Amino acid sequence: MTGLMNYATFVLRSVRGMFHGGPRYLAWLGFLAVLIVYGIAAYTRQAEHGLAVTGMTDQVSWGLYIANFTFLVGVAAAAVMMVIPGYLYHNQEVKGGVLLGEMVAIGAIVMCLLFVVADLGRPDRFWHMIPYIGKFNFPVSMLSWDVVVLNGYLLLNLHVPGYLLYKKYKGEKPAKWLYLPFVYVSILWAVSIHTVTAFLYTGLAGRPFWNAAILAPRFIASAFCAGPAFIILILEIIKGWTKFPMGDRIISFLRMVVLISGLINIFLLISEVFTEFYADSAHVASARYLFFGLHGHNALVPWIWTAIVLNVTALISLVSRKFEKRGVILRNVPLLMLIVAIWIEKGMGLVFPGFIPSPLGEILEYSPSANEVAVTVGIWGVGLFIMTVLLKHAVDIETGEVHPDE
Amino acid sequence: MSKSTRFRDEDLGRRGFLKLLGAVSATAAVLPDPAEAFDLEEFMQKHFVELSPEQLAKTLARLEKQYNEKYDRDDFSVNAAPPLEGVRFAYALNLSKCIGCRKCVEACVEENNQHRGDPDKGDRIEYIRVLEMEKGSLDVEKSVHDYTHEVPAEGKYYMPVQCHHCNDAPCVKACPVEATWQEQDGIVVVDYNWCIGCRYCAAACPYWARKFNWSEPRLEDEDIIPDTHYLGNRPRYKGVMEKCTFCINRVRQGLNPACHDICPTGSRKFGNLLDPAGPIRQIIAEKRVFILKEEAGTDPSFYYFFD
Repeated sequence: MTGLMNYATFVLRSVRGMFHGGPRYLAWLGFLAVLIVYGIAAYTRQAEHGLAVTGMTDQVSWGLYIANFTFLVGVAAAAVMMVIPGYLYHNQEVKGGVLLGEMVAIGAIVMCLLFVVADLGRPDRFWHMIPYIGKFNFPVSMLSWDVVVLNGYLLLNLHVPGYLLYKKYKGEKPAKWLYLPFVYVSILWAVSIHTVTAFLYTGLAGRPFWNAAILAPRFIASAFCAGPAFIILILEIIKGWTKFPMGDRIISFLRMVVLISGLINIFLLISEVFTEFYADSAHVASARYLFFGLHGHNALVPWIWTAIVLNVTALISLVSRKFEKRGVILRNVPLLMLIVAIWIEKGMGLVFPGFIPSPLGEILEYSPSANEVAVTVGIWGVGLFIMTVLLKHAVDIETGEVHPDE
Repeated sequence: MSKSTRFRDEDLGRRGFLKLLGAVSATAAVLPDPAEAFDLEEFMQKHFVELSPEQLAKTLARLEKQYNEKYDRDDFSVNAAPPLEGVRFAYALNLSKCIGCRKCVEACVEENNQHRGDPDKGDRIEYIRVLEMEKGSLDVEKSVHDYTHEVPAEGKYYMPVQCHHCNDAPCVKACPVEATWQEQDGIVVVDYNWCIGCRYCAAACPYWARKFNWSEPRLEDEDIIPDTHYLGNRPRYKGVMEKCTFCINRVRQGLNPACHDICPTGSRKFGNLLDPAGPIRQIIAEKRVFILKEEAGTDPSFYYFFD
């Protein structure tokens, strides 16, 4: 009973700590709250009028929501890049950062789930997906696999940092058997969430652009590039603005991960582009539409070339290591470029062109509506809000701001 | 054509923040939509195949009452006629005869109580898409969908495409909640009360056969065909998927699909694949038959042939 009381106090104090902070911190939370309200207003409109308020059509039946979902699964999976050295090789310095990575993963997964729900025509029937209560098409449907792995990943990432932080707060040593097995499972699990998400696309024989074996490896490579890049940016903010104990090694380790993954990603892209265009078969239509335009339709062309330029420029600067020791802005610009490039690759480069041309050869372009963008912004607001308060919480406990004997 | 409703909202960007706040306070009012009162029975309704005979009867009665109220009439009937024994439906379409007149498209929209929005925007759900193909090519990417000239045109042939009722259907595999499945008689159906509207089936279909209700379907009272089947032409809901059912409400009563009966050229043949004397078996034995997108491995119940 006292254990439960202690835990309740811990939760209460944590929540209080999450909303306690300097004016800049509170202003940031306020800004995110505005985005959330903006998104809720837009979603209300969508709930009332249906998905007709989006830019999607029967021809391009998935759009901005599923594109963001796909990108964020990668960000969530990337938390594992810190777990591997931290726990497997007992690198103490990286271990401190693992908690932070897992907080980012929680925020990213929540966004993934929100994007899926926002994309549903009948969110009120969400319970149909709950195993035993509804009618869950497992293991046949790849989407049912995705539901399982995403929710499982969310639980794993809630458990491990939750337990570790609670122990730290109480000043006790965590019992290994209560978290280490989950850590090992979560490493495999992280790879699985992105693989299964890739299989959603590659499993469709009727969509030649997606029906390629290279898709899953490319998903993983791009995720382990953009995800750690995203986490580095957050670590830089925490390092600069809080007393959280963090050395330089963790960031330089992650920069190495970003660089290697980014180079593999480019290699896989070249393999893909070569196969499509050299053979020049009927399958090339979507790729041609994406890179060069098809029959005068070329909405995605500027996007994909922007992504390629950003990708290559950022990787060259990372390889040259010119900016690594420079100021906080200069050394992080290449990372930001990579994040943007891969976000474009996942949405404009992967999801949309898979639908263009349609299976019956029709070319209808897609662009998101203002309402759709507003819902998307709102969901990003929710995710960043969750990440912010969770990270703040982890920092508070690590620095002793929140402790049992107040 | 059937591009679904476009509520392009140019105003959201311009609308002031205060207005947005107002909209938020209205959230409680629209969730659930006040226009369609929340129905607990409907919300809790089980999957079609899991309904007991009593539950099914109650469900059908509830739907009839709802539709009668909604469309202001008293003769709505919703049946759930089961598959006939020893029947496996199949379709065969004669490409040598089809002239691309699109009469089948019209008959289909009427028979199936499909959504009819703004005709100027082509906002309408259609199960059949007629492709104007170049003679000598089977490449659908060279086809024209929105032709308006007189038919048949020189150097062209016409290929109507609708649901192929695949025996290894990618849509059935894709659906995360088993809201779409193949019945004993080969018809691939959707339970409009079970579909969650994720549209993964639409992404999976190689024939572009699945159509989504992007908005509340619009249907005038006088356009209603009141004799409906639960898995077929009963009015649909906002946010669910629908598709050709070979006119399940007709074919399970021994009639032919509406697109078959309207066709002025006799290009369309429909029947029981298991009947050795039926038209389908004859065509398969005697004509040059092919299936569309054989490489997709879908094993369709829809055949094309040339004379």
